Amino acid sequence: MRIFDPHIHMTSRTTDDYQAMYDAGVRALVEPSFWLGQPRTSPASFFDYFDALLGWEPFRASQYGIAHHCTLALNPKEANDPRCTPVLDALPRYLVKDSVVAVGEIGYDSMTPAEDHALAAQLQLAADHGLPALVHTPHRDKLAGLHRTIDVIRESHLPPEHVLLDHLNETTVKAATDSGCWAGFSIYPDTKMDEDRMVTILRNHGTEKILVNSAADWGKSDPLKTRKVADAMLKAGFTEDDVDKVLWRNPVAFYGQSGRLQLDTPAPDTLHEGNSILRGGE
Amino acid sequence: MLKSRKELDAELDGAARAWLDGALAEAAHDATAREAARSQADVGAGTTPPGSPYASPPWELRYAAAGRHCGPAHADSVRSLLLIEARAPLPSVTRLYEQGTAAERRAVLLTLDRLGLGDRALPLVEDALRTNDTRLVAAAVGPYAAAHLDPHAWRHAVLKCLFTGVPVDAVARLGERARGDAELARMLRDFAAERTAAGRDVPADLRTALALALTTPAAPTEES
Repeated sequence: MRIFDPHIHMTSRTTDDYQAMYDAGVRALVEPSFWLGQPRTSPASFFDYFDALLGWEPFRASQYGIAHHCTLALNPKEANDPRCTPVLDALPRYLVKDSVVAVGEIGYDSMTPAEDHALAAQLQLAADHGLPALVHTPHRDKLAGLHRTIDVIRESHLPPEHVLLDHLNETTVKAATDSGCWAGFSIYPDTKMDEDRMVTILRNHGTEKILVNSAADWGKSDPLKTRKVADAMLKAGFTEDDVDKVLWRNPVAFYGQSGRLQLDTPAPDTLHEGNSILRGGE
Repeated sequence: MLKSRKELDAELDGAARAWLDGALAEAAHDATAREAARSQADVGAGTTPPGSPYASPPWELRYAAAGRHCGPAHADSVRSLLLIEARAPLPSVTRLYEQGTAAERRAVLLTLDRLGLGDRALPLVEDALRTNDTRLVAAAVGPYAAAHLDPHAWRHAVLKCLFTGVPVDAVARLGERARGDAELARMLRDFAAERTAAGRDVPADLRTALALALTTPAAPTEES
């Protein structure tokens, strides 16, 4: 079984997670830039983070046989902080990088005018750079937030098939799929979605343009949720081809619209004892 | 290994070759424009277009996109050719390194010895040697490091290769610089002792480097 996790924050995870993900079948992932838990206070803090997503983190992933790509953006929460918004001016020089496969996570947190501006500006950046966009839907007031998000997307130059609406659930899946966008579901241990609810959604809506991710980060989360959804699908009678479509071909098709996916990472069977990660950065 | 333009032309498809032609022309144009500005005594003029402080000359955008247009396997060679064609000055080289992905940084490191920068780009090598990314460490110990790293930093670079599993074959002019280096020999012996105390194997490369360091330097000749 091959798995592509289209949304996971590996900078917050350990090498044990990389190993467990590889063992579970994960061969590729996309790491969206997001909020770090601790608020940033300047664009420079974003730049170091972006550099890590373009340098150190792909190196770590490669040691475990996993292809790493990223999406870059000013996240919705920090779009409200004037100390951070100048990062929008610097994004163009990052969006030309080979492993950037979308603009994201963008979208709404509290649905403020500052978030309106950042969302519209970054949808335009995606259109200008021939990139798709990964759009976070808000945790609070989700359905209203989704409708407002879809309105902004309709007004943008980015076609809906270049947009992935993420963190969906039973209450938002219909509006999202009706919009023509791709639909993403984050499977968490307690909140958002679980694997059995995900299977029900797949039964009701089919497997077309649907992506499943772990969205694992520094909070309570599980980087193996993608595999658990695959297992739940098989148990519920979905075929292996269905699983491959949702857990591999759909994310490849969506992010492949960037023209920048490189999925030929070699197996990690040559991990040597002298590896700088295995040895804890001696 | 970096490939020549001729080798690349033989391996790239038509679209990639055309892209490379365009990219190299932009790089050459930037070099010509910069030198023209300098000849007008406008030495301080940079090549960064006015406007956003983050704007870059067109060839630098090509530098970023090389992997997806010419393939990741050719990206180092293409980026290196661009740097050479642009006769990239230190501010450009530094910007491309500091704002680059790991792959872009590697290409800068691999090309430093061919840009006529003297020792002024050493901070980039030192930065790379502080990382634990073996791709960067290996690229940092090439001919430029061999020519410019001081003895202390160079010895630590050799040791870093052994620590991180970068083959010492990557270290340019290893035999020449290690020969008769008693301090390097001491460091290598201490490292071997530490590994042995921990019940771990001593890397074969350590023995190779140690044998070189224990070699008696050649007697000076009139020419040297």
